Formats: sequence, structure tokens, C-alpha cells
Amino acid sequence: MKLKQISIFLENKKGRLKKAIHVLSQSKINIRALSIADTSEFGILRLIVPEVEKARAILEKNQFVVKVNDVIAVEVPDKPGGLDSILDILHQADINVEYIYAFVEKKTDNAIVVIRTENIEEGLKTLKKANANVLSSEEVYNL
Amino acid sequence: MIWNKEAECMSREDKESLQLERLKEIVSTAYKKVPYYQERFKKAGIRPEDIQSLGDLEKLPFTTKTDLRDAYPFGMFAVPEEDILEVHTSSGTTGKPTVSGYTKKDLEIWGEVMARALNMALAEKSDRIQNCYGYGLFTGGLGVHYGSQQLGATVIPISAGNTQRQVEILQDFKTSVITCTPSYALYLGEVLEKQGVDIKDLNLKSGVFGAEMWTEEMRDEIEKRLGLLALNIYGLTEIIGPGVAQECPEKNGLHIFEDHFYPEIINPKTREILGEGEKGELVLTTLTREGMPIIRFRTKDITALRYDKCSCGRTLVRMDRITGRTDDMLKIRGVIVFPSQIERALLKIEGLDPHYQIIVTRPHHLDELEVQVEASPILFSDEVKHVEEVKKMIEKRINSEIGLRVNVTLVEPESLPRSEGKAVRVIDKRNFD
Repeated sequence: MKLKQISIFLENKKGRLKKAIHVLSQSKINIRALSIADTSEFGILRLIVPEVEKARAILEKNQFVVKVNDVIAVEVPDKPGGLDSILDILHQADINVEYIYAFVEKKTDNAIVVIRTENIEEGLKTLKKANANVLSSEEVYNL
Repeated sequence: MIWNKEAECMSREDKESLQLERLKEIVSTAYKKVPYYQERFKKAGIRPEDIQSLGDLEKLPFTTKTDLRDAYPFGMFAVPEEDILEVHTSSGTTGKPTVSGYTKKDLEIWGEVMARALNMALAEKSDRIQNCYGYGLFTGGLGVHYGSQQLGATVIPISAGNTQRQVEILQDFKTSVITCTPSYALYLGEVLEKQGVDIKDLNLKSGVFGAEMWTEEMRDEIEKRLGLLALNIYGLTEIIGPGVAQECPEKNGLHIFEDHFYPEIINPKTREILGEGEKGELVLTTLTREGMPIIRFRTKDITALRYDKCSCGRTLVRMDRITGRTDDMLKIRGVIVFPSQIERALLKIEGLDPHYQIIVTRPHHLDELEVQVEASPILFSDEVKHVEEVKKMIEKRINSEIGLRVNVTLVEPESLPRSEGKAVRVIDKRNFD
């Protein structure tokens, strides 16, 4: 199951992150997970939200450059070595991870991480084959 | 469509004899009526009688922007002040403005050359011309206005700004010809797109764009966004305003109305006169101006002249699109760079909006060139790696155009200034003290 992620271009300037988050909060969009990639010149804010298209529209209306793409949400045993076991599956299959970040909330005792592999289809197939618990959009949004 | 066939299609021989006759007269008037010229000519040891051929013009001293500024406000007028019907000034972006004074005859000539220009750009009596050049001291607004009236077209004197109203009028009045700066035309296209206006529902056939430098790539973009034929107009307040030269639909240069304005091209450094097709600074002499004759004005605009026949039928000499100005020519690490070169590189990149700003700094005694470009969805990605690749690709494109390493910064959309007049593209922060 692929999950939609929305990425927002942020110029390295005071107040830009706040503005993006504020715009979403005004539209009552709940953020399920987030991460920021920052470079010296710009940042990329990545979000998992239940209403992707609504979020995209409202952000674009406010002059943000956004991109929606697929990522994988997978459950990870919340104990030492948990994440390692998931990464090991990908490593064995020679699949490159671009980035990874974690959900704050949990569904069960397991933690949830968002994984962006270089090739999403391959990543997904590999994880499923190894019986990792890949979550559906519904499962993620209903946390 | 040729408004004044006799003037615009005259044989070179007839034209040169007309030019010479007019040149002799204007030089003699300038000498008699304007102390500035008399003093200058005397200093150079020239009397008006010395002008016996067009080539003799070379003997006369140049007039610069500084000279006109020194004469501020009315020192260059050649007629009693009561005969001046109207004054205009340059924008004053580079210092104190220069004043231009017009007699009744000057205004008629202005209207005539502008009628030729508009007609060359397909405007006819039956057209509605939405004139988005600013009305006021700036010559753009009234220049188009007078031309449009001589043409007999319907002028919509909406002036610059108030984009929402421009969009409404464009739709409601079924405007067929639009006149504004090219950067405003692009902006207007952007607004139309955003508001979901289909250009097929508009009635635009052509646009007369000028008052700032632009490129062929920008033309393509404007034509695509507004669905019209985009043509280039040239002029300057010191000479008359818009209407010195106009591009015809052949798009191979701007026809100079040389029965009124005599062009020369010089090497800006050595001041020697350059031949046909050679790139240099444009120098203009007014041949018929009563209120304020201008002899050999150094425009600082860089172009070349072409005398071969144009397929439109006009015999008027053509000047190339202005590719730079001797004064906005940037010297970066000793290399000459024009903002238009950077613009050309940017416009070749699919999905990139042609809004940019050039920032020059000298952090450690070495020039640094930063080009700010607005990010757009096509260029953006969720991966840092990809965005950096895009940035590097843009840097490479600019580098191959200007031969210098630049630093491209992606900024958020709509964060760079949009201008309704002349766009400020270059911020030079270097301290040359």
C-alpha cells in the first residue's frame, strides 16, 4: 500500500515554516507525520495528512510550491533492533532508502515509520514479501 | 499595412536627400536657438554651414544624458516657452530626470510616427487599443494615445496598474491590441491563467511591447500566454518617446522612422562610427523636432543597423532588438554580462517562470553572481538531491550562456518583485570605492 505524501518548498527565510503550517491549520488539516529536510538555502517540508488534495489546493492558493508523491508507511516493532530489522529487509534486496521519518502516534505497540525508497514499487514489494506490516492510507489516517 | 507609404517606402536616394535637407536645417536651428549647441559647436570649431553631407554629421559633438541633465529643466528648448504645449520627463531611474518639450508640430509628428508604429503592429481604425502604458510624465501612455488617435482607432486609456480592472476590460471590451511593457504582459498572462481565463475567449491579435529590454524567448512566452502577435517598439523620452522604431510582423528588427530620427552606431569606447551590422551604441539625431532638437544623442542602447530590404515592403533601416545597455552592462570578474543573456538561458528551461533577479556582490574582493529564480512545481521534488540537481542544471545553463560560474538560489513563487513599469533585474551590491 502506497501512501500519499505532500512536500512543500520552503525558502530559507524567517516565518516560512510557520506560514505553511498556519495555512494548513486554518483549513483544519491535521498533520499525522512530518519531517523537514534542510539545506543551507532551502528546506523541504514533508507531511502526511489525511486530505492530501485539499492540502495541496490550499497551499498552492497561498503561493507554495508543492509536490505529492508516494511513500511507504510500515510498522516497526517498538524495541531495540526494530527499525534495523526493517532496514535489513531493504538492505538485503539492495534497495536504496532516500529518507525515513517516524510517526508520533502508534496503532498498536508498534511504531510507524515513513520510508521513501528510490524505487517505491520495489520497496513495497520487498517489504511485503518479507511480511513487514505495510499500512494502508486508511489505517494511517485513522490513527 | 503601411500607414505612410511615401515615408516608409521611400528609395534610399530620396530619403538621404530628405535627411540631408532636414539635418542642415536642424543643425542650424540648434546652433541659433540653443546656447548649449552654439557653445559646443564653437568649441569643436564647427559652423552649421560645414554640414554638407550626411557624413559631415560625424564632425558634430555628441549629446549625452548628462548634458541634458545639466540643462534641467528647460535649457535645451529651441522655441519660446509659450510655444511648448507639453512636457514629459524620463523616469529618472538613473538620476535627475531629463525634460522633453513638445511644440504643436512635435506632437503631430509624435502622433504620426506612433500611428505608423501601431499600424505596423496590425492596429487599424476598427481596433480597440488597450493602452496599459502609464499616462503622465512618462511618454509611454500619451505616445500610444496620440498615435492611436491619428490612426482613428479606439483607445482605451486605462494606464498602468490595477490588473484586475485590466483583465475585466480585456474581456468586456474585447480589446484587440494591447500596449504595455513586456514584463507586464507576462504578468497579465499569469493572472489570466490563474483566474482560469481562456485566451480563446479574448479578442487580442497583437501587442506593442517596449520601454524595457526583452528577448525572443520572452516573446514566445508572451505570445503563448496572451495568444497574440508580440511586437517590439523602441523609443526614448529624450528623442520623442515611443515611436522612434517599430518591429513589423516579419520580426526581423525594428524599422527606424529615419525621416524623423537619424541613426548612427558607434563604438562606445572609441566613439568611432561602425558599419552596417556591427554591434555598438545607438546614436540618434532628431531631424524634425522643433521644441527640442537633439543632435547625436548617445542612447547607451546596444544594437546594430541593417539596411537590406525587409519583405514587409518598407525601406526603413532596421535596428536589432536591443541586447543591452552600455550602463547596465555588468562586468563580473572582468567578463561583460548583460541581464538579457541570463534571461535567455532561463527561458530555455521548460517550466521555469521568467521572473528572476540578479544580485552581484563582492564578498572577498571577488565578484559573486547570484541569480534568484522562482521555484515551480516542475522543478520541485520531495528529495533534496533532486532539487539540488535542478539548481545545478540552471547554473550550468547560465554558465554556458555567459561563461561565468553563478550561484542559483531558488526562491518561493511570487516572491520576486513584479513591476508594472520597468522591471528591476539587477541589484549590484558591490562597493566600488
